Amino acid sequence: MFAGEQVASLLEELGVTHVVTVPDSTIGGWYAALERSPSVRVVRVCREGEAWEVAAGLHLGGATPIVMIQCTGLFESGDALRNALHDWRLPIFSIIGYRSYLNQDAIPGDTCLVFTEPVLDAWRIPYRLITAPHQLGAIREHYEACRAAGTAGAALIAEGKA
Amino acid sequence: MSDASATRGTRDVRDRMSLHDALEPLHSARGEGDVVISTMGAAREWMAMGAHPLDLIFVPSAMGHATSVGLGLALAQPDRRVIVCNGDGSMLMNLGSLVTITAAAPTNLVILVCDNGVYEVTGAQPTPGAADARADGAGVDFAAIARACGFASVHRFADAASWSRAVAQVLAAPGPTFVTLDVATVAGIPGPRSPGPAGERAKSFMAALEGSPRAR
Repeated sequence: MFAGEQVASLLEELGVTHVVTVPDSTIGGWYAALERSPSVRVVRVCREGEAWEVAAGLHLGGATPIVMIQCTGLFESGDALRNALHDWRLPIFSIIGYRSYLNQDAIPGDTCLVFTEPVLDAWRIPYRLITAPHQLGAIREHYEACRAAGTAGAALIAEGKA
Repeated sequence: MSDASATRGTRDVRDRMSLHDALEPLHSARGEGDVVISTMGAAREWMAMGAHPLDLIFVPSAMGHATSVGLGLALAQPDRRVIVCNGDGSMLMNLGSLVTITAAAPTNLVILVCDNGVYEVTGAQPTPGAADARADGAGVDFAAIARACGFASVHRFADAASWSRAVAQVLAAPGPTFVTLDVATVAGIPGPRSPGPAGERAKSFMAALEGSPRAR
């Protein structure tokens, strides 16, 4: 969908300081460009729940982190994101890979398609679904709107494989 | 005693130092610009010792994630020491965070695990890491785990006097630092009570960081 350089440039322009992340096959392809960025630091965590709380600490410390994970990791993240976003009310933005949205060749009948958007709704995370390469600007718009409102938010990136 | 060789403890947990005695030396040695994050039973005892603007009472918490919050704060504030007062049950819930921490390698982060072998706030049920809950009768050695994960400085203290003598030196060493304190099990003690709305406390904490010296 996007080249790593596009994502890195976008995050630099948005003032993001840290990307707290677990890769999938789409997100992982962006790492090399992110790690070349002079202003964005990649923080690799072992499990997605960690990502929200590392980002929480970064935010409390004055940094501007985002969480970058796959939707499967979103499912794993429940207690941590509940705590960071709703108990502590930290406006942490996330980029979430939407597995199998574009095709189900690898995982026919992938239940990620059933649960991802309802789970985002259940956790009250306003999200923007990104399904085409020309929508990079929509991520920017949603990020900036969430920052202005002081709320969490997510860009849900359609993917075609695991 | 900084006894990193005192592995897989089987000592009766009732003979160990109290949680208060484990935290008091840290309370005395803590620098004015240090952040202290506390959770579960440690949060209850820490709050009882008084309040500091750079205390982050991680109540309500996400299960086991005090270490992750500490890592984030340490990365965002590299010129400030960040100390996490964790429990063994919480540590077991997020063991992977030890690997995450050593990958990021913040020299200003100190993880303190008060190991009493139980989930104290839910009624003192043994954790899977406790000697009493294990087939071989030997408790999990958190210091050995931390060492294997690559922590720069690893310590284990079985008594309050040794910990009290060493605390300043332990805090001053380049990290990431990991300390296990063998703490007595006490049943029937209530869990920590949130000191106020977390969202408001987040704002107050961030304001306190802005106005506080950073020197370690």
